[in-house]
Amino acid sequence: MSAGQAFDAWRALVGRDLLTEARTMRSLPAMVLFAVTTFVIFRYGLDRTQLSGSLAGGVLWTTLLFAAVLGINRLFVSEREEGGFDAFRLTPAPANVLLAAKVTSLFVYLVVLELIVVPIFALFFLPEFSSLLPLVAVLLLANLGFSLLGTVVSSMAVNSTARDLIVPLLLLPLVVPLMIAVTGASAPLFGPEGPGYERFGEWLMVAALYDGVFLLVGYAVFEFLLED
Amino acid sequence: MKTDAPQTPSKSGRPSSLRVVSVLTVLFLVVGFGLVFFWTPMDADQGFKQKIFYLHVPLAIVALAGFIAAGVEGYRHIRTGDARHDLNSYVFIHISVVFGVAVLVTGAIWAQASWGKWWVWEEPTLVSFLIVFLLYCTYYPFRYAIEDRDRQARYASVFAITAGVFVPLNFIAVRMAESVIHPRVFATAEGGLPPSMMWTFLVCFAGIALLWVTLVKLELVGKRVNGQMSRLRRSLGEESAPAPGTRRVSPQAEV
Repeated sequence: MSAGQAFDAWRALVGRDLLTEARTMRSLPAMVLFAVTTFVIFRYGLDRTQLSGSLAGGVLWTTLLFAAVLGINRLFVSEREEGGFDAFRLTPAPANVLLAAKVTSLFVYLVVLELIVVPIFALFFLPEFSSLLPLVAVLLLANLGFSLLGTVVSSMAVNSTARDLIVPLLLLPLVVPLMIAVTGASAPLFGPEGPGYERFGEWLMVAALYDGVFLLVGYAVFEFLLED
Repeated sequence: MKTDAPQTPSKSGRPSSLRVVSVLTVLFLVVGFGLVFFWTPMDADQGFKQKIFYLHVPLAIVALAGFIAAGVEGYRHIRTGDARHDLNSYVFIHISVVFGVAVLVTGAIWAQASWGKWWVWEEPTLVSFLIVFLLYCTYYPFRYAIEDRDRQARYASVFAITAGVFVPLNFIAVRMAESVIHPRVFATAEGGLPPSMMWTFLVCFAGIALLWVTLVKLELVGKRVNGQMSRLRRSLGEESAPAPGTRRVSPQAEV
């Protein structure tokens, strides 16, 4: 299979995923609702109306991570329940095309989620919005890491008898280093005196290293998760 | 894989080699702890409490090395499809998780003795170990949630590889998150650690490593005996009802 054909297969799979999501709205609305409700719960749980520093970073990233878990849970459900895995195995496309397609779809879901939820977070809790622009870099690196790990974990969990249980159980410890990096980068951004950039580049490098390592791991192991 | 022909036990599970490592383990541990109590000097700062170092640190290193080795075995399993590597990977993780409990308990005791608190978030090595331990604890629910035998073995290997790669990354990230660095015994290993302490540490380390090997071999022999028992039962015409007490889906040596 040539690179062009693999690209076509990738595009078809991503298009199918996004179209299905646009028509059925199975994951995204739930993720958004969950995130906004979690903000409200944090407002009372912490008893704060304004957040800054590491507290703001912690609330934002915890919420995004748990909202992502909802999407990751459902990522391969249609493949399993409606024969998508068998259909994919019938095509000559290599397994990593499916990996790339699912990572892309999940990445798009997360971007859409954040486009809605991060402004709401800012309106709810932040005194001013100048930290949002540099936050985009952190969000993109985190999305890549969540998408890679989420796809691998989701494809592992979907064939088990306890999918909804296995995804958070496996995913949460695995993303701890990424969470350390992204909360480390965003805590100074939410500083009370405007965005700060203390160790910003350093933390972005750690997040990028994490993404790179799990990109290689995903590439190396994914075909073994598809065998039947 | 499943044959009823007489089995030649593989080298790793031969009872005689188990006997040799058991004796060596006892020897090293007895000599090591003898040295700890009667030869090493008292730590000027921490006194007698510091002696837990000779137990805690080797346990942690051996457990982590076991996790990494499980990842290597997992890799060999998905490359070759040989069920023996999956069995090894499973047993390595199993024994290392047991060691992990001991690491966390001895770590908490050490923290209480030297800092007056049972848990210290500022100690990056211990926190990293906790995260790694939590990850490997999910190996069991994950593995047993997959019913198909082959798929279970393959997915468990993928887990072992992913988690094995995760171990060093996690240590980097947690270490970076802590700006406070506690005085650590090994920070001065080149210059500061007196030779008596270094030698005692090495003997204890060898003892703990041998203990790990002994337990792994014991577990492998147990699995092998179980496998042979069920094979014999099958050849006697009994339905392959699992013997009472055998675990439902844990991997057995069938090779």
